[in-house]
Amino acid sequence: MRPFVLLCRRKVTEKTMIHKYQLNGYNIVLDVHSGGVSVVDDAAYRLLDFLDAPMAETCPQELLDRLSGEFSAEELRDAYAELYEMYRDGYLFSKDDYAQFADRMVSSPIKAMCLHISHDCQLRCKYCFASTGDFGEGRKLMDFETGKRAIDFLIEHSGSRRNLELDFFGGEPLMNWEVVKQVVAYAREQEKLHNKNFRFTITTNGILLTPDKYDFLNREMSNVVLSIDGRKEVNDRMRPNAGGRGTYDTIMPRYQDFVRARKASGNDQYYVRGTFTKYNLDFGEDVLHFNEMGFDQVSVEPVVTDPSHDYALREEDVPAIFAEYERLAKELIARRKEGRGFNFFHFMIDLDQGPCAIKRLRGCGCGNEYVAITPDGDIYPCHQFVGMEEWKMGSLYDGSFDTKMKDYFARANIYGKEDCADCWAKFYCSGGCNANNLQYAGDVLKPFKFSCELEKKRLECAIMIKAALADAE
Amino acid sequence: MKHVKTLNKCNLKETAAKGGCGECQASCQSACKTSCTVGNQKCEKADK
Repeated sequence: MRPFVLLCRRKVTEKTMIHKYQLNGYNIVLDVHSGGVSVVDDAAYRLLDFLDAPMAETCPQELLDRLSGEFSAEELRDAYAELYEMYRDGYLFSKDDYAQFADRMVSSPIKAMCLHISHDCQLRCKYCFASTGDFGEGRKLMDFETGKRAIDFLIEHSGSRRNLELDFFGGEPLMNWEVVKQVVAYAREQEKLHNKNFRFTITTNGILLTPDKYDFLNREMSNVVLSIDGRKEVNDRMRPNAGGRGTYDTIMPRYQDFVRARKASGNDQYYVRGTFTKYNLDFGEDVLHFNEMGFDQVSVEPVVTDPSHDYALREEDVPAIFAEYERLAKELIARRKEGRGFNFFHFMIDLDQGPCAIKRLRGCGCGNEYVAITPDGDIYPCHQFVGMEEWKMGSLYDGSFDTKMKDYFARANIYGKEDCADCWAKFYCSGGCNANNLQYAGDVLKPFKFSCELEKKRLECAIMIKAALADAE
Repeated sequence: MKHVKTLNKCNLKETAAKGGCGECQASCQSACKTSCTVGNQKCEKADK
């Protein structure tokens, strides 16, 4: 672990920053520090090549002269006046004055937990970061005593936070179903005593997702993540069972049945979630396949793995991935306009009611607001650090908890990370995944550039979708 | 306006002053578990 002093390498500056790009026929301008998003015409787009704060009230003559061959003086003056209005209202060239909130980017109560209720799994997914379920630590299930201690730990460290989240994760959580139910019942008792509100989520591979579990899942789980990669051939190539057979034919009908029951119960929060690899760079087809199979909450994410694997995504794949994101974005727009839209997790963006700037400054919360607990009761910064002994934060059984490591992660925010402060996407990805940064860029504080490029492309598409839908209204 | 259409009505800076209650969902819990995306989360407060 690196000493804290190195975390302050970047100072918050008062620079302005815009990101402008053209996509699907739209000229889009993001004013980074205000979050302002605008669609502009060609004259305004061109003017922005030459502008920064402070803006003069009227268009400088030298700009009129410079662009006289492209636009009329009247067009340029009008466009400039509207850009000035944006600037005056704080939606263009707004300053990075977030330094005043630096004291909010510090150690916080713990509010979320990834409970590894099972380090065992029936599947042998080739890209599994959990080493096919056991995280390299042997196959085991969490007992109820450890689950109780995890609930007690979360409540004890949650301070004034009322909403507490607990994700049942694995391995495969449904392999330890009785303990899942016991832990939920215990937490429901405790939340009343401590004025807390538990929100449970669960991630499953579907093998044991049978109707006898529906009532409990729909009553107690605020979100259920259903793992499947997409089309049958895509899923079965990467997600075989222990006997090497594909799982699509088993899990697809179960997911369809479960989602029907969940919606009928009045709870429509779920995700069908897949991973794409080099083998399905046409992953948009998998997203659309899910939609065609009746799902309207979909997440398909890029595999993150050692580049030496044949299925790993590499730099050379970036143009194809970008093209696929663009194709998917256009298809999503078309389906929304036809009234048959669906949610694609990575294209979701709320320009008005999204997270506050403080949350965006803090990042994912790993190791600070969020921890993972193993079946043995060991504490790690998040599920992706489990099994890395040097990142173990403590244990529920000996009462240890490394508060220095917690402070370290508290400061792993966008102003503590190399290059993030100067990136236009900083308030949307908030510094990326600390575990990915460590594993593939070698340092928690060093952004994994490959992930950054994909994140930025997804964000450009998400904003463009907003522009296109606004245009249609 | 003829040349510019601003899509959002909320300035991120305004959310900073009143934000930071921490009651919202941890981003990694929502669906991803492998790739961090914070910008698509929801604010817990109906009126920031």
